[in-house]
Formats: sequence, C-alpha cells, structure tokens
Amino acid sequence: MPWAPFNGSLEGARIDRLLLYNLIAFAIVFALAQVWIIVVMLRRKPRGNGLPAALRWAMIAVFGVLYIWTGIAAQRLWANSQFAGPAPEAMQVEVTGAQFQWYFRYPGTDATFGAVRSQLVDAASGNPLGLDPADPASKDDVVSSLLVLPAGREVDLRLRSLDVIHGLFIPGMRLKENAVPGMILHVHFTPQTPGTYSILCSQVCGLGHARMQARLLVVPEKQFTEWLGVREHLRQAGLAGGVSRP
Amino acid sequence: MRKLFTTDHRSLGVLYLLLSLAAVATGTLLSLLMRVHRIWPDTPLPLLGLMKPEDYLALVTMHGTLMVFFVLTVAPQNGFASLVLPGQIGARHMAFPRLNAISFWLMALAFTILISAFALPSGAPLSGWASYPPLSAIASAGPGQGTGMDLWLLSIGIFCVAAWLGAVNLLATILGERGAGMTWSRLPLTVWAWLTTSILTLLVFSVLLAAAVLLFSDRHFGSSFFVPLNDVVNGHVVGRGDGSPLLWLHLFWFFGHPEVYIAILPGMGLATSLFANFTRRRVAGYKVMAAMLVAIGGLGLLVWGHHMFVSGMNPYAGTAFALTTMAIAVPSTVEVIGWLSTLWGGGLRLTTPMLFALGFLSFFIAGGLTGPILAQPALDTYLHNTFFVVAHFHLIMAMAGVFSVFAGIYYWFPLMTGRMMNDLLGKLHFWISLIAAYGTFLPMHISGLAGEPRHYERLAGPVVSFSEILPNERGITWSAILLGAAQLLFLWNLFASAKRGERATENPWQATTLEWAPEIPRRRIERGPYEYENGGTESMFRPQWESASKQE
Repeated sequence: MPWAPFNGSLEGARIDRLLLYNLIAFAIVFALAQVWIIVVMLRRKPRGNGLPAALRWAMIAVFGVLYIWTGIAAQRLWANSQFAGPAPEAMQVEVTGAQFQWYFRYPGTDATFGAVRSQLVDAASGNPLGLDPADPASKDDVVSSLLVLPAGREVDLRLRSLDVIHGLFIPGMRLKENAVPGMILHVHFTPQTPGTYSILCSQVCGLGHARMQARLLVVPEKQFTEWLGVREHLRQAGLAGGVSRP
Repeated sequence: MRKLFTTDHRSLGVLYLLLSLAAVATGTLLSLLMRVHRIWPDTPLPLLGLMKPEDYLALVTMHGTLMVFFVLTVAPQNGFASLVLPGQIGARHMAFPRLNAISFWLMALAFTILISAFALPSGAPLSGWASYPPLSAIASAGPGQGTGMDLWLLSIGIFCVAAWLGAVNLLATILGERGAGMTWSRLPLTVWAWLTTSILTLLVFSVLLAAAVLLFSDRHFGSSFFVPLNDVVNGHVVGRGDGSPLLWLHLFWFFGHPEVYIAILPGMGLATSLFANFTRRRVAGYKVMAAMLVAIGGLGLLVWGHHMFVSGMNPYAGTAFALTTMAIAVPSTVEVIGWLSTLWGGGLRLTTPMLFALGFLSFFIAGGLTGPILAQPALDTYLHNTFFVVAHFHLIMAMAGVFSVFAGIYYWFPLMTGRMMNDLLGKLHFWISLIAAYGTFLPMHISGLAGEPRHYERLAGPVVSFSEILPNERGITWSAILLGAAQLLFLWNLFASAKRGERATENPWQATTLEWAPEIPRRRIERGPYEYENGGTESMFRPQWESASKQE
C-alpha cells in the first residue's frame, strides 16, 4: 500500500485490503455528492420539486446495504483478532510504558514473568520496572529497550503502564492498543517480514509524548534465539535487573 | 451598561455570539501557532521564542477546549437559540430571561478562567481536551498539570452548570412558551434541533460535571476514582486506592460524543431551513427530517464507546458500539439525501447564507463519510489517534459546524443590527474559506494513513522521521494560514456592516418562519414553517404569521 508504512504482519494484509475497499467506496460517494452540489448550483432554471420519494428511499437503501456490508466485514476481522486469544504456543513478551520510554520484558527460561513492585521502580539504578529480586521467577527476566521478535511466530503482548495511559502503536504491524496503568491488556499478532519497524506512543502522555518511540526488529528465528541467549547470559552474569541495551 | 446586563433574549444572543467570536479568534490563533511549529519546530517564533514540547501540548489542549465548548456549543446552541428561538415559536421571551443572563455570565467567567491558565508560570494544562487521568489527576505528571489543570477543571465545571441552565431554559421555552397554534408539526427544524440538543445537554453535561468533581477530588481530597493502585509517576508511588482510568474515559465520552451532536444538530436544522428558503421549495419529508434529528440525538447517547476501541475496553463492547455507530449513519444519510433532494431541481438563490449552508453540506458529507470507516474497530486499530481522525472531526464538526454558524450570522444579521452584511465580501469570505478549509483538512487524511499520530509536536522523533509527509504537512500549514487570513474579511465585514451596512428591508430573505414577522403575531398560527411555492423563483410564499384564509 503506497499510502501506509510497509505492512510486515500476517493480520495487516486483511486490514489493508478492507481499508482500501472502504477508502475507494467512500471516495466515490464523496466525489458524486460534491458533483451533485456543483450541478445544482449551476442549474439556474428551477424544475420539479426535488427527487421523488421513491428514489430517495432507494438511495437510502443503497447506503443501508453499504453500511451493513462494511459493518459485517469489519466485525469479522475484529472478532478474529480480539474474540479469540493467541495460540497457546505464542511467544510472551511484556510491554511496559513509562514517561517517556517503552520497555520490553522477556520471561526467560522459566517462561514466567517475575513479580514487579512499584516501590522498587528506579530507572536510574537500572531497575525501571521494579523487578522484585526476592522472586526467583524474576531472576532470568530480560528487560530490553528494543523489541526483537522472530519472524513467523505469533506473539502475545502483555501491555502495562507504570504511570499514565500510553498507546502502543506499531504502524508496520497495523497494531494499536493502549497501555493503561492498573490493567494488564493482551494483544496478539504475527510478525512475518524481517525488518525494522517503528514503535510509537499514540496517546498523549506528557511533554515527551512525541519522542516516546522504540524499534521493533523482526529477525529470523535462529537470529532471535541467539540474541535472546546473549541477553540471558548477561542477565545470569549478574547485570541486576538492568535494561540491556541492544 | 444596561445593554450589557440585559435579560433581553436578542441582546443576550448577540453577547453569546460575541463570546464565541472571542473564543474562535483565540482558538484559531493557537491552531496557527501549532501548524507553524509542526513544520518549523526549531525556529523561534516572534514574541514567543522557541516553543517547548509542553507549550505545543498546551496549545492543543486549549485549542480543543475553546473550540468545542466556547465556540461549537455557545454559538449554535446558546447564541442562535437566544437570538431567534422565542421569535420562531411565537413567544415574547425566553421562559426564564434572568436565567439566560446568568448562563451567559457564567460562560463568560468560565472563558476568563480558562484563558488565565496561559498566564501561569507553570503554563496551561497539556493533557488534551479529553484530559485522560492519571496524566490529568497527578500534578507532577507534567508542567501545567498543577494549577493549570485545576483552572481547566474549574472552567469546565462552571461551563457545565451554565450549559445546563441554558438547556433548562431552552427546553422550558420550547415546551411552555409556544404561541397559539404553534403545534409540533409547525416548528421550524431549528427548533426540533434545539429541543434535541437541550435534552442531550441536560443528560450529558451533568455527567461531565460529576466526572470533573470526581477528578478534582482525586487531585485534592485524596480520593482515588481514576488513579490505580501503585501508580508510579515521576519516581513516586501516587496510587493508593484502586481507581480506574477507564472509568474517566467512559464518563468523558458519554459526554463527549453527544457533545458533537449538540454542536452540529442546530446547524443541520438551520441548513434545512435555508435550503427550503433559497430553493423556494418545501422541505422534502418534513416529518422524516425532524424525526431523524431526534433519532441522531437519541442514538448519539449510545455510541461513546467508539472512542475507546483500543482503550482496553472489552472487545465485545467494541462490537456493540461499532453497531450503534453504524446505525447512526442511517439517520445522517437520510438527512443528507433529504437536502440533496430538495436542491436537485436547481434554481438556487446563491446568497451568502445559502453558500455557507451549501459549504456546510459539502463538509458534512466529506467528514461524515469517514465516520463509517472509523466506526469499524478493526480499521480504527490502525487509524485511532492519527491525523485521519483529526481530519474526520475537523471536517464534520469544526468546518461543517463553523460554516453553519457563518450561514446563521449572515442570515440573521438583519435581526441583530437592522442591516445587511456586504454580499461581495461575504462571497469572497466563503470561497476562500471553502478552498482553504479543504486544503487544510483533506491532506490530513494522508498524514493519518501514513501513521502520523495526533499530539505530536514535531514530525521527526528519535526513531521515525515522517519525512515523506513533510511536503503534505507544509501544504496543510499554508492552507491553514490562508484559512485564518480569510476570516479577517469576515471580521471586517461584520463590524463595518454593523455600522454602515445597507439597511435591511422587512423580511429581507422572503422567509416564512416567525422570527421575521414584523411584530409578534396575535393571531393563531395556522401554517407550517416552509410554505414556499414549490419550484417558483417568484416570491410566492406564505409566512407563518399570515392567516390560512388569506390567498395570494
């Protein structure tokens, strides 16, 4: 699609197609209606009493069908992505928004996210999420400021916010969901095409809103395993709770 | 002074309109500063210097608040209704003239309080006109979120009370003050619109007032309606209760969406009247058009969740709100087809008010058509909070709304001043504004499709530069400047015509509705509101103040 950033997700293609159909349909209606207005302005000599009622209702019926079609088509997409959860084997990554930074946490070899405590949040000393060292499950959690995902595997994002409402927006994955403090929200998608994609904040969150951005790196499975292995290793080597820079 | 502290409904109508004129002038200036900053973010502005990110967000917040509350609510609902509603229904005055004055002065006070936030050292609030907590609940969450946010809440609280009192007055006037014979099917469609918007105002402004009180209480009295447990802002744990930010979204948008209809329904009623007048035709399907105005208002109470598809709301609720939103497209389509149908035979009298009514229609269609796109949650997932949405609501609410207000001002100016506005200047104002408005808001769809989020003070961030839409953004800014400049023509025309304009003849537009009657009719009203001789260019029409027996 020339009008939008390159789509790299499995689900995005259908969204793009539906959006394109919508834009074409409504652009045609827009043009016809504007032509109608111009034509009636040019018709200096009055004739008739307006359209017959039957024709009016026929036009309304056409629009009714258009709305029902778009409604059903869109609901099917929505139901596919939202009514069913991710596959059980989907990869788990936690995304946390904080003024004005995105953090991505991988659960580590135990496949369990360790406990976090707000009282322990301290970005300056390297524990931006407040990982609780007393919880054994947190010992192997990897926290990154870069989101790296393997191509072709479904991902289940676990969305949180520490402070205010943020909006996780990955245009190249056609994905958006707010990160709301006090709630844990899940969205799932399948990145397909390897490459670099931008991650933005789409909900005004304070003075740094426009620079609250991060990168998504979609890489082949093998490269992903290597990357995560290195992070795990650094983590075990005692880099306590820290954000591993890419 | 007597003129200032008046309880006369027409004088108050003019005062309301002057208040919204002050607000629209301020709001427009703010938007031009935003546009200039977006394309030259590192250029210091004259007088203001280099704009900081928080300054930009304060401009956005104040622009939205001014335009939605003080322009698009005050002018179409309070201004025009005070000016002509009693006349249109054959009443001598509003049901509660002093309440009308109180409502105006409260709005003026709310406006002053809001504007004074700019004078604070910490600046105006920056959380947008929707003011989502915790950003709006915690003073340390950003500059302007301390005293600035308190002033915002105070201003909105007072405005809610004023709007509420105004609506009580409108409703009591429509229900209780109609002249003899002014039955429901003889009401002009503007009155049907005001009936609907005043009911909406009663319902939704009270909810907003409650929400504002709760938020104020969270900020100062240690409650926790909207702040969740263990919320950490700026390194401090501030969340001690178990509030829900989502609750604010529900309360706010329960107000926020019907507010859009409060802004636009009077314009829809006015456009219908003007199309009848300047085509010299009866309204095609009067009863249907009236019923659809009411239906839009009623359905408008059930669609607020479409602002919340990606907010964390239950996805099944998303489906329900998508369906109600699609449903509201139907009465809107019926209205548009009704207008297009009335216009179809041509022979329009292209006066300045008629041109602005046609402009209203053009924008209503342009902005309305992206509504069903955004109502699809799967598509909104991509488009939400991008410039696509900004384009949508600026066309349907801002431009359609403001063009209907211009139509009303050009049309009813003789009632305010006894003079006509200059026609040539009016037409220039129309054409430049129309082209510049499309030049400003149509390209915003392209920025939005490219993924550009709202509330970004600059295009280039640490990761993504959006450099491919920079030419598009430059065009938007230049169009916006032209659009702003065109309004100088209007201001000049307004004040010059009020002083030296051509004297208006009696019933200058050959209208049929009662506000144009030479005197308040003592006779029973026996006619419908739009008795034009169908299709005739000659002045064949039967005003409502003439008796049914008089034949022409």
